[in-house]
Amino acid sequence: MQSAEILLQPGVFPRLLQGLWVTVWIAGVSVGASVPVGLLVGWLMTLRNPIVRAVMRVYLDFIRIMPQLALLFLAYYGFARWFNWNLDATGACVLVFVLWGGAELGDLVRGALTSIPKAQYESAYVLGLSPWQTFARVILPQAVRRMLPASVNLATRIVKTTSLAVLLGVVEVIKVGQQIIDVNRFQYPDGTLWVYGAIFFMYFIVCWPLSIVTRRLEKRWANG
Amino acid sequence: MFDWTFVERYAPFFVSGTLMTLFISVFGILLALAVGLVCAGVDTARIPVARQIVRVYIELSRNTPLLVQLYFLYFGLPKLGIVWSAETCAIVGLGFLGGSYMAEAIRGGLEAVPDVQRETAYVLGLSPMQSLSRVVLPQAVSTAVPGVVANVIFLIKESSVVSAIALADVMYMAKDLIGMYYSTYESLFMLVVAYLVILLPVSLFGTWLERRFDYAKR
Repeated sequence: MQSAEILLQPGVFPRLLQGLWVTVWIAGVSVGASVPVGLLVGWLMTLRNPIVRAVMRVYLDFIRIMPQLALLFLAYYGFARWFNWNLDATGACVLVFVLWGGAELGDLVRGALTSIPKAQYESAYVLGLSPWQTFARVILPQAVRRMLPASVNLATRIVKTTSLAVLLGVVEVIKVGQQIIDVNRFQYPDGTLWVYGAIFFMYFIVCWPLSIVTRRLEKRWANG
Repeated sequence: MFDWTFVERYAPFFVSGTLMTLFISVFGILLALAVGLVCAGVDTARIPVARQIVRVYIELSRNTPLLVQLYFLYFGLPKLGIVWSAETCAIVGLGFLGGSYMAEAIRGGLEAVPDVQRETAYVLGLSPMQSLSRVVLPQAVSTAVPGVVANVIFLIKESSVVSAIALADVMYMAKDLIGMYYSTYESLFMLVVAYLVILLPVSLFGTWLERRFDYAKR
């Protein structure tokens, strides 16, 4: 039990928090960039054009069926050879998470947009609103309500999936944990348990509030 | 550029990696289903203390990544004298993660059955067991199946992470071959094919199963 003291050593906890910050940063940038991509993808998916539809279908299905780790491998190892594009590990992570988040969010946007009754568009038109006004004032507020719970849930999944960045060599919270374990191997042979336990709870503390928000929104806007 | 002879020579590696992925996934999913059934049962039956424990477990499992859970099981637990093989860790990890997702799907199915159904069965003179097996479960299954199928696919995909604790699954093979021969095209090609071969049939079977159990909407 005294090996729990590893967490109290000077510098250990601040370093873990720094690593956590890298994780949260990747997740934050990815979620942020997914929003415009998702809106664009969702809008494209509602178009009648068969070619656009087919392309979007293949994009979404491919992203859905491949494990995120496989997508990371494709970006990190594949892009370097295919396009001579040497993405660093962090860049590959952000790219994959944006493509993935954009696809999933796009599908939510599509679902929300198509679920809004035609009468809403027609009424806005009759009231003399421009197409842009109709979208911004009438359609978007209703669509956002419908897709917000699932979108926050998607954000939780992105935060959890950033843990895979360590497998491409990004120095985030898990890697920092491994370094701390290695440095203190002789002084605290049982440190592994505590460091991984601490990381486990760090992820929990980041993701849990998002889960609670999801549940609140689901309850409040269940019939929105 | 693309070397087919390489694909032919190393395809057996990917087949064995794919089998490992399937082995871990199948047992992980079975464990997850068992855990999910127990948790959903405890939650719906409103058993006092057990119910709170189940809630805590579900929150912990849903809000932490599988990779961290695996590292904790594989590297952390031996310090408490619990030494499991990588296979066991992977299956327990998938069961721990998947159990909460399955529990939510099954609970959703059970809750979707209106109380009136149970009361009617009771009034008609069915025993509790009969009303469960003849009235409640068939309807609950119909609602739960889509969620359970989605979780099965999710868990097969999540199993790609087990390569991190040195299990020779299909991800591990791809990484190994890229590292050894710099055969990026061929390895990534075989990786994509392997996952398509596993997941497309599962996804199609799932859609069929959903239609098969769709009596609530018929």
